[in-house]
Amino acid sequence: MTDTPVALGARPSLRERADRFRARRASWIPVSAAVGILVVMFAVGQAYFGNFLTPRVLSSLLLDNAYLIVLAVGMTFVILTGGIDLSVGSVMAFTGILCARMLSEGAPTGVVIPLVIVLGALMGLATGVLVQVFEVQPFIASLAAMFAARGLAFVVSLSSIKLEDPFVLALQSTRLAGGGWYLTPTGIIAIATVVIAALVLHFTRFGRTVYAVGGSEQSARLMGLATARTKVLAYVISGTCAGIAGVLFTAYSGAGYPLNGIGTELDTIAAVVIGGTLLTGGTGYVLGSMIGVFVYGTIKVLISFLGAEQSWTRITIGALLLVFVVVQRVIVARSSRS
Amino acid sequence: MTLPMDTDVPSSPTDRGAVAVAMRDITVRFPGVLALDGVDLTLHAGEVHALMGENGAGKSTLIKALTGEQRIDAGTITVDGRVRELRGTSDAQEAGIATVYQEVNLCANLSVGENLMLGGEPRRRGAIDWRELHRRAGEHLRGLGVEIDTRSRLSGHSIAVQQLVAISRAIMQEASVLVLDEPTSSLDRSEVERLFAVVRELRDRGVAVLFVTHFLDQVYEISDRITVLRNGALVGDYPVDELPRPELVARMIGRDLDELEALSDSSARVIDRSGAPVIRARGLARRGALEAVDVDVFDGEIVGLAGLLGSGRTELARLLAGADHPDRGHLEKRGTPVRLGTPRHAIAQRIVFSSEDRRAEGVVPDLSVAENIVLGVQARRGWMRPIAAAERDELVARSIAELGIRPADPNALVRNLSGGNQQKVLLARWLATAPELLILDEPTRGIDVGAKADIQRKVAELARAGLAVVFISSELDEVLRLAQRIAVMRDHRKIGELDAREVGLDAVVEMIAQEDPAPSPEPATSAPRSRT
Amino acid sequence: MKLLRHRLVWAVAALVTLIVVNTISRPTFLSITLQDGELYGSLIDILRNSAPLMLVALGMTVVIATRGIDLSVGAIMAVSGAVALTVIEASPTPDNLGVVLVAIAVAALVSLVLGAWNGLLVAVLGIQPIIATLVLMLAGRGIALLITGGFITTINSEPYQFISQGYVLGLPFAFLVSIAAIVVVALIERRTALGMLTEAVGINPEASRLAGVRSRGIVWGAYIASGLLAGIAGILYSSNIMAADANAAGLYIELDAILAVVLGGTSLAGGKFSLAGTVVGVFTIQTLKSTITFLGVPPAVSPVFLAAVVVIVVLVQSPRTRSALARLTRRRTPAGGARIDPEAAS
Repeated sequence: MTDTPVALGARPSLRERADRFRARRASWIPVSAAVGILVVMFAVGQAYFGNFLTPRVLSSLLLDNAYLIVLAVGMTFVILTGGIDLSVGSVMAFTGILCARMLSEGAPTGVVIPLVIVLGALMGLATGVLVQVFEVQPFIASLAAMFAARGLAFVVSLSSIKLEDPFVLALQSTRLAGGGWYLTPTGIIAIATVVIAALVLHFTRFGRTVYAVGGSEQSARLMGLATARTKVLAYVISGTCAGIAGVLFTAYSGAGYPLNGIGTELDTIAAVVIGGTLLTGGTGYVLGSMIGVFVYGTIKVLISFLGAEQSWTRITIGALLLVFVVVQRVIVARSSRS
Repeated sequence: MTLPMDTDVPSSPTDRGAVAVAMRDITVRFPGVLALDGVDLTLHAGEVHALMGENGAGKSTLIKALTGEQRIDAGTITVDGRVRELRGTSDAQEAGIATVYQEVNLCANLSVGENLMLGGEPRRRGAIDWRELHRRAGEHLRGLGVEIDTRSRLSGHSIAVQQLVAISRAIMQEASVLVLDEPTSSLDRSEVERLFAVVRELRDRGVAVLFVTHFLDQVYEISDRITVLRNGALVGDYPVDELPRPELVARMIGRDLDELEALSDSSARVIDRSGAPVIRARGLARRGALEAVDVDVFDGEIVGLAGLLGSGRTELARLLAGADHPDRGHLEKRGTPVRLGTPRHAIAQRIVFSSEDRRAEGVVPDLSVAENIVLGVQARRGWMRPIAAAERDELVARSIAELGIRPADPNALVRNLSGGNQQKVLLARWLATAPELLILDEPTRGIDVGAKADIQRKVAELARAGLAVVFISSELDEVLRLAQRIAVMRDHRKIGELDAREVGLDAVVEMIAQEDPAPSPEPATSAPRSRT
Repeated sequence: MKLLRHRLVWAVAALVTLIVVNTISRPTFLSITLQDGELYGSLIDILRNSAPLMLVALGMTVVIATRGIDLSVGAIMAVSGAVALTVIEASPTPDNLGVVLVAIAVAALVSLVLGAWNGLLVAVLGIQPIIATLVLMLAGRGIALLITGGFITTINSEPYQFISQGYVLGLPFAFLVSIAAIVVVALIERRTALGMLTEAVGINPEASRLAGVRSRGIVWGAYIASGLLAGIAGILYSSNIMAADANAAGLYIELDAILAVVLGGTSLAGGKFSLAGTVVGVFTIQTLKSTITFLGVPPAVSPVFLAAVVVIVVLVQSPRTRSALARLTRRRTPAGGARIDPEAAS
């Protein structure tokens, strides 16, 4: 397709520049599609309701979905390696309820929060070891982790535990406001997770190996890359993110509840896919996943503005997921033919 | 023609570079089979060395031994004067041996530059320095005479460019030995030229190149020496100008006359070609696989397809059987035009095809002998009309007896059968559908002598009873003995047809080995007519 | 030795162990009492309660045999229950048998259509089964909520309640439904050629295509069957609680079903399947759940035990564990049972 050597030095024509842009940036196309959908939804919402694009609505978009952004970042790592992690929702519930329970029993915040995040990482490690060492399909391995974490959440407490720790509550209630806009510490944590993950994926050997493994695990191994370590680490990162999300969600809802996050793994996967990450692995960006979460959040807001049933959220997400998967399928089919 | 079997490994003449790799007495045993039997291979720095042999000759096993993917049971591998034990690909890489496969082993989802530098990216303050990475990658590619945008995604490039990148990466790892395992199989002529320019550049830099291909033209275009393997044994190591093409082909193919008793009358049979042929193909073509081919097969006739691996023989068979879609051309079955969109259509037209890849496209390993045999018939009847148990038992018992399938147990799982018996099960499956045209692609490949003879005898017998057969084999003798007519294939084209009663092995070998008259053939609109 | 290699042996051993443990810890476990011509007891409860899982697992077995997976069964259960109850609720005569039959027929038809939708995505559009069925898994519960108008629809209908609570010939009707499903699926798969063709497609799709098997139709049919069976399971579930709960109906049942199939010796890689194995697997899981409840563990915690079972099963099936075991046995029998494979040379 793009065999024509690009003459370096000579001034390229517009057409050559367009070709070069396409050859270099093709993998951003799905992300821009997600941005496009987001913009269209904003525009439609504003045109229809008139009071949609307000600083308050947009600020709450980040606040309401901070935990989901963090989960989507972890999921992106796993999906980029060609795997899947079904356990994120229940790990989030487990770490969340454990955090609430320990805090309610007077354990120091500085110990509790790192501890639950490490527990999340350990759940991820277990999944990763099952996948890598015992060659269990990622779907089944993370399924086992999902069961385990959900059950453990109920072991911690069968009912909701109210959160009274001032520090954790402050994560949610502190507002850096200005001109109607506001930012909470939870939102900052979510953004920071995205930024750190993007830097890791782009600027470290580990990050590039994540992409290489997803592109072709065999090639990556033949190139002498540390594929085993990278795959396990991807699940550890996902588990860590689920641990962080547990703290964020507890702060957000003001309580720990063992039934939190049922179906959240599906929302997360949907957001990641809508954000342009291919489920076959190797292509995608955490930035896209964040956009995917915003698409998800905006659908929710639109539906509540419409006063329609919240059940339309899942239906719309399902439909959007279908459209993206079919389009990806077409793209993959076309590129394998050329 | 004489076919010397002596292994004339020459002593190293003074004008050759230092010995880069010396493989001595390499022996590899698989359960029941000696894959390599004391084979020697010597690579010198600054030479391109071709490794030749047909299916099952042991080429890929020998390469795997060199790249560390296959442990050897006996023998020594010396790289740059040091005896090495290669336990894995990383050992081989460390020894300076790099390999480029037909399937490009790179990450197509990443940029060209990254594919070159993965694992060795330049870093500044801990972070990957992308500007420096692309600068170095571009510089390296230009040094090899390759100009491509290093920031572009690899998947956007043709296989040829991807292979150039793979070679460049290998060289970047400071490899002194480069193994090219059929890199040109899917390239067109100009792409091959581009690849060869790089290979020559490397040769001039003193890299030892081991080149595996089945294209004779390319061997003579680029190689300095040729090593020929057959049936896991070394035939010889020759300078390229001392081994004319017909000699090379003859050494690759060999002949095992004793296997083929009592078949000589098959090729001598006179075929009545007055009526409409069972199948008539006109201008059958598929992009990248086959250039327009005409072929007829009549009742009771065995048409052999002769040609080396990759000549288009399998591609033609698949198009005749509906396994692939042709881009152009048309088919007539007994004078009526037919379109074969799927194998199912072909089977409905009583055209059946047995693939060369017995494991991936033939047997269903976890099903029983009986289930494998009735699969074709059952598929045609549909799932709602199962074959009655009595009918099925009778059919299976008859097949087992007629073809001599061992073990003669209808309930044995096919995965536990030997290759020869699996092939017989497949033949039984196709015969059970009462075909009018039977297309057999390498039915005797990699199976033991007894089963081979059984299958040959059965095919000759079926044709005598009126069945039309297309028969493909890497073993020319087998084709010559069975077929009445031979279509010779080369470079995805049919280059001629020979009457098996009039010609011998030498004529076919000569035709296959011919130098290509036209340097860059455009896709022909019609195949050259018969040359006999 | 041959007995040990039979693929049902582990599942049966697990089931027997559970029954023995239960019998020791509560001697009444095995006792069955006859009351007014109806049978009661722990075992009877297990048989009755296992019916929805049995139906879903049977469909899942066939889908897995084609190298697929159906994640949407729980969502289809929710939709089916919502449809049936909405039809009955809308009727002025909910106790009329005709109304109930219509409700069941409509619910079954809707489930069949949903199964066909999954099959379309997988067999025709070629989308990975996990993702294709994920779409409906996501959207299905939303659809169910829409049907019920966002509420938990409750009804009073004697004929509908009979489905889960009634007795016929002394046995729970729900159990008879699952027996009927087992018989019908077994007859269709094993008395026609469908089972063999399904296995052929699952084991070697390309060889099957070249042999002229209509693999697209077979795969499609498997998802339709799975959808329909899930729909009937949804009717059983909603009849049991006499309510359509779009969020709770069939929650995690896809995971239980997959587990039952794997326990029964059918590989997730597709191919050979065992309906008998699935039946044993379902009873094992149901007995395990009943045991957990009996031991006083809150039902909510039971996923931990299921996780342990999943991990044990996958570890036993893992190639690495197997090769480690094979090395151990080979050391004991030096002659070794190495299979002759002359093709490895080519």
